[in-house]
Order: sequence, then C-alpha cells, then structure tokens
Amino acid sequence: MSEVLDYLRTSPLTGVFLTLLGYRIGRELKRLSGDHPLVQPVLVAILLIGPALWLLDIDYEQYLIGGSVIAFFLGPATVALAVPLHRQAHHLKELVVPMLVAIPLGAFVSISAGVLLVRALGGDRDLELTMAPKSATTPIAIAITEQVGGVAALVAVFTIVAGIIGAVAGPSILNLLRIRDRRARGLAIGAVSHGIGTSRALAEHPVEGAFSGLSMGLSALATSLLVPLVIHLLG
Amino acid sequence: MLNGILWLVGCQLVGEVIARGLELPVPGPVIGMVLLFIALSIVKPPESANVFRVSDALLRHLQLLFVPAGVGVVTYLAVLRSDALPIIGGLFLSWLAGLAVVGWTVVLFTRRKGTVR
Repeated sequence: MSEVLDYLRTSPLTGVFLTLLGYRIGRELKRLSGDHPLVQPVLVAILLIGPALWLLDIDYEQYLIGGSVIAFFLGPATVALAVPLHRQAHHLKELVVPMLVAIPLGAFVSISAGVLLVRALGGDRDLELTMAPKSATTPIAIAITEQVGGVAALVAVFTIVAGIIGAVAGPSILNLLRIRDRRARGLAIGAVSHGIGTSRALAEHPVEGAFSGLSMGLSALATSLLVPLVIHLLG
Repeated sequence: MLNGILWLVGCQLVGEVIARGLELPVPGPVIGMVLLFIALSIVKPPESANVFRVSDALLRHLQLLFVPAGVGVVTYLAVLRSDALPIIGGLFLSWLAGLAVVGWTVVLFTRRKGTVR
C-alpha cells in the first residue's frame, strides 16, 4: 500500500489529474452559479487542490512534478494571444499613441503606489521591494525581484493574487470607474492582472481580450524598465 | 492540430532565443507573441487555419494553466498573515490605481474618435 502511495506522490499523473479535476469542478460551479464573477475556475481549483494536497500528504514540490506539465503550456498560450490581437488588428493603429502613454504611466503609478502604500501601512523594506513588480507576469516579476531585491517566492504570490483580483473584480470595477470602451478596458485589465485577468477579458469580449493580451506584454516590458528607476527615486 | 502547435512552440522557441541572446527584459513567450502576430499579418491564413483553432482551444482554458502557480499561494498563507495589512492594502490599492490610470488615460485619448463598445 505504501508503495502505491509513494508512486502517486512522485508521479506526474497525480498533479496533472488533480489540476484537471479541480479546474473541471471550477468550470461546473461557474456554470451552476450562472457565471457569477466570484466563481472563477482558477480560484475554485486552487481552493480545492490546496486542502486536497494537505489531506493526501503531498507537498507543493511533489504536486509540481505534475503541475509543471500543465504550467508548461502557459508559454505557447501566451504566444497564442497573437491570434485575438490579429483579429482586432484594425483597431491597433488608432491605439498606438494612447497605449504608449497609458501603459508606462500605469506601470509607474502601480509600482510607486505599491511601494508607498506598503511603507505607509507598516511593511518593511523587503516587502516594499517585493510589491513593486507585482503587475508584471510571474516570470518577469521574479526576475525583477532577483535584480532589485525582495522575496522571489512572495512576488509570485502577489502576481497571482493581482491576477485573480482582476479576473474576479476587474470588469465590475471598470464599470464603477465608468470605463466602457472595450479597448480601454482590455488594456487596463492586462496592465495590472496579466494572463489571469486576460482570461476573464477574453470571456467578456473579443476586443477586450485582444487588448488585454497586448497590454500584458507591454506592461511586463514597462514594469521591468521602471521598477529600478522608481525604487531609486523613492529611496 | 500539428501545424498549429508547431507554430506556437516554434515562435516561443525563437522568442526565448532572442530574449536570452539580446538579454531583453521581456519574456520569451511575449516576443513569440509579437513574432506570431507579424507572421499572421504577412501570411494572412484563412480563418479555418490550424493555428487559429489550436490557439482558440488553448486560450479557452487559459485559467487552467495558472492553477499550479496559484496552488503555491495557499502554501504561503501563513507568511502572509503576519503582514496582512500592508500586503492586502498595498496590493489591492496599487492594483486599483494602475487599472484606473491605464483605463482613464486610454479613454481620454480616444474619446474624440468614438468608443468601441
């Protein structure tokens, strides 16, 4: 019996199966809830798999043996974001100037607000540095943290949480802010909630999804260039 | 299937090589996205093309691909509790500030030319 358990703890099958199952249940709950925005499949899956690992006595590294097989496809999926963008290419020309102003400005505000708020609310220096790059996609945020300081494992957590906030609350908050233009909404979500926000934007509207994917890429670039500068400016 | 996957993986591969070779501060897959966009603009494949079908299928389940990283968050909840106020406040409010600034700036620039709803 323990041999079987050992096999299950180290085989990629377990992580792949748990991930697919958790996500599948998430999709089902989303449907049953009548597409309630709080019921994002990724969130449901996380909340189910976390306790499941604890019950089965599988640690996170063991889960990742299979989990990383799924996560591998993030790369090709990011490349695939060129497709919705290609379909909306006719909107692009008009947006070049607004984008080139809005995205660096947004990155600058998001980085400095993150650092200053952590400082004001009593966080230490490590936490300030870790909050700075959280709007970028996870691999970039980790690379920035390794460059400027901060806690690499924690920045991954912050980016994921920023993504989930975008998927859960992004569209409703954009409504509250009275931002109705699909292009503006997509650019805004992608800028602060990267791929996870983009998944929601794609579900909302094709134009929103296309611009969210584009914004995610441009914001990663802007964030990596601006974080060292802002940290220098804010001391 | 095969052609579509080959396109996506091929663009990512070239993107990773460019990003690392030139030490660019952009992830390889994002450069891959730009490369595929350029390729699609030049080749203009029909809407039935394989690369479209594979991409649509992959993007329909984009959230699935974030689950493994997300599960890692749960293992950090204990660390987060000790600094809950600066983390939650800093994260949410700076997220909100970034969202509002990007959205409003784009609206400001495009309002005269009409909105896309």
